[in-house]
Amino acid sequence: MKKELGIFILLVILCAVTGFENPRFFSRVNLVDTANLIGLFGIFSIGAGIVIITSGIDLSVGSMIALNGMLSVIALTQWHLPWPVAVLFALAVPMVLGLAHGVLITKIKMQPFIVTLCGLLIYRGVARFISNDMTRGFGDAEGFPTLQQWASGTLWGVPMPFVYLIIISVIMWLVLHRSVYGRYLFAVGRNEESARFSGVNTKLVVGSAYVLAGLLTGISGILFAFYTNDVSPSTQGNFYELYGIAAAVLGGCSLRGGEGSILGILIGVTLLQVLENLVNLLGIPSSLNFAVMGGVVLVGVLADELIQNARRKK
Amino acid sequence: MPGAPLLEMRGICKRFSGVVALDNVSLSIGQGEVVALCGENGAGKSTLMKILGGVHQPDAGEILADGRPTKIPNVSDAMRLGVAFIHQELNVLGNLDVAGNVFLGREPRNALGLVNSKKIHADAEPFVRRLGLDVSTRTRLDKLSIAQQQMVEIAKALSLNARLIIMDEPTSSLTLAETTRLLGLVCELSNQGVSVIYISHRLGEIEQCADRVVVLRDGKNAGELGPDEATHDKVVGLMIGREIKNYYVHSDAPKTPGFFKVRNITTPLYPRKTISFDAARGEILGFAGLVGAGRSEMAKVIAGMDRCPGKEIILDGKAISIATPRDAIEQGIYLVPEDRRAEGLIVEMSVRENVSLPSLRNFSRFGLISRKRERDAAQRQVDSLRIKTPTVEARVRNLSGGNQQKVVLGKWLTMDPRVMIFDEPTRGIDIGARAEIYRLMRDLAARGAVILVISSDMEEILNISDRIAVMHEGEITGALDRADCAEQNVMQLAVGKKIPAAQPAFKE
Repeated sequence: MKKELGIFILLVILCAVTGFENPRFFSRVNLVDTANLIGLFGIFSIGAGIVIITSGIDLSVGSMIALNGMLSVIALTQWHLPWPVAVLFALAVPMVLGLAHGVLITKIKMQPFIVTLCGLLIYRGVARFISNDMTRGFGDAEGFPTLQQWASGTLWGVPMPFVYLIIISVIMWLVLHRSVYGRYLFAVGRNEESARFSGVNTKLVVGSAYVLAGLLTGISGILFAFYTNDVSPSTQGNFYELYGIAAAVLGGCSLRGGEGSILGILIGVTLLQVLENLVNLLGIPSSLNFAVMGGVVLVGVLADELIQNARRKK
Repeated sequence: MPGAPLLEMRGICKRFSGVVALDNVSLSIGQGEVVALCGENGAGKSTLMKILGGVHQPDAGEILADGRPTKIPNVSDAMRLGVAFIHQELNVLGNLDVAGNVFLGREPRNALGLVNSKKIHADAEPFVRRLGLDVSTRTRLDKLSIAQQQMVEIAKALSLNARLIIMDEPTSSLTLAETTRLLGLVCELSNQGVSVIYISHRLGEIEQCADRVVVLRDGKNAGELGPDEATHDKVVGLMIGREIKNYYVHSDAPKTPGFFKVRNITTPLYPRKTISFDAARGEILGFAGLVGAGRSEMAKVIAGMDRCPGKEIILDGKAISIATPRDAIEQGIYLVPEDRRAEGLIVEMSVRENVSLPSLRNFSRFGLISRKRERDAAQRQVDSLRIKTPTVEARVRNLSGGNQQKVVLGKWLTMDPRVMIFDEPTRGIDIGARAEIYRLMRDLAARGAVILVISSDMEEILNISDRIAVMHEGEITGALDRADCAEQNVMQLAVGKKIPAAQPAFKE
């Protein structure tokens, strides 16, 4: 909890400063807009965090979002699949890809970095190939207005992606912090050998984390596609994997594995979104966007490391 | 031998955090002499050699080189004195060729500062030839056998002008023919004026090559034997030499022989040898043997950690198949592993989370853990094992070694052990906690479990076991009934000698 508290205080300070400098930060439009983005980015960041907890990494997220978005467009506007079938298809593909990552990592013992780096390259290429490298969109959602409403509409004024994020967070909080499976995830991330001696099926646990990450990335992918309405295969989701990793690390996940929490990841995602928002609202050149994000992550992790070292010396 | 000895150690003492490792030990080596250094596990051989190699500093005592007092503050000073180490685990780089390994860190350079390829091979050649190693200096090390890699290490030592080569269990992974060649080489080196300290558990080899045998026991000099007196029995006698206090607790608990049967386990180091034994319900069966005899490997196979397709395991009359640790756990077969921090515990997690890990499903419903039941179960183990921890939420890394080991035991005692395997259960644990662990083993046996204990601590194994199976190089050389559990008998079997008291470890 202490870890989350530090970053939460940082978040509150940033919000206060931004709101003080530019009251538009607290305007309804801006809050709804920011909540929408937090929802979109939060869902896949939770997946990225779970993989990091097993001491792995998933670099394929951004490309998977592009591929998944493109497949959604094709399934709905070209194949004219009924929208529930299209959604199932668009979720099944990233799960199968996640399974492939999991199998390569646990059975063949390839390094997660390499496996998902190849994924990053391959899925981007496939997304561009199947679309002839052309931007394609849902148009005016003829035939699937319900889906469009569910994906990019609002519920009592709250953007749907944010609603989904809340639901997913509650479920994943239970899974990660209250379930047997969640305990195994942490145990494997901390010490895979000891977990194995205690009878944990470590391959299954690690492998399934990538499938779970695939599912969450898939959900994000569909939502992003409806958010942008047009999917540009070469730019959709660019760098999102790094975004997810940054959010997770900022929220207290350690790349050494076995550490992290859903609450932390949520605060991390929110902080990154507020930073982007802040760059816009405070008139900082948007070219500095990434630099600001990188600086904050660096400072956050550095502070945490220093505090931990100080505590260890005591 | 004229003049002062090449190297002499006098009155060396060394303590490690209060524990005496060496107590007034002396050792001298003349030029061209082959000295065999013997002793049980923990007798102080490695510590003494590490002092000679500059790894450790003695707390007291002096070292003389060519009769002059000297200090060996670090490894490079040891090299300068001409001391070279051939470790049991070879120290070679598989991705470099022979010449590259021999001159690692001292590569001849050309005008551009790059490695002078011609010169490095030309320089390496004579050393390789001198050892009778029949390979090109351009061969990569990972293409060579273990024995050949060892020769390369010796070549490296010679290229450093070594005058004394320390070989620590050099034949432990060699075949018989390779061993004979190595022993021949040791004699040849000696004729060329190079001294050798030869550490080995294999007394046969020592009889063959040593000019003198120095025996250590409990960190002290136990005696020296000349080449003619160094018989097997005399060396073993010196290695043991002490009275062992007997605190064996006899148990009248009913024993069911043949309750647990293990057949045909092979260990990776000795693929052609098999291990088979029977253990009774209510019995503590000790496994003695020297380090590397394959005892831990056997335990890991029984517990499902390592695969061994040919094995048969029969528990309570039923053949069971164990392919994964989960299979073993479901049968009530639990392992308390040798390395508790790497294999037994997740030290960053709390006592509660460690205790519940193997039995987590028992504290959960619909996959969700009941925190209260989990905490209660952990608390019960903390109370009954008297684990000293502030709360069950404390991280295991903050507990002492003995309490950490009790947490490992607590993991299994939340369930119902039928076979419990303890691998070096008291290593690094203080006397008080040891006694508690012994008592617990006896209680478990009395409640009808099979207890298998692997221990390299002679006193421990002799005192707690109802029966001892002694292993040597991947097989059981014999089992000793309680009446025959004497150190002499165990040592004889551990070095591979047959004795009349030995019983077969199983009945068909």
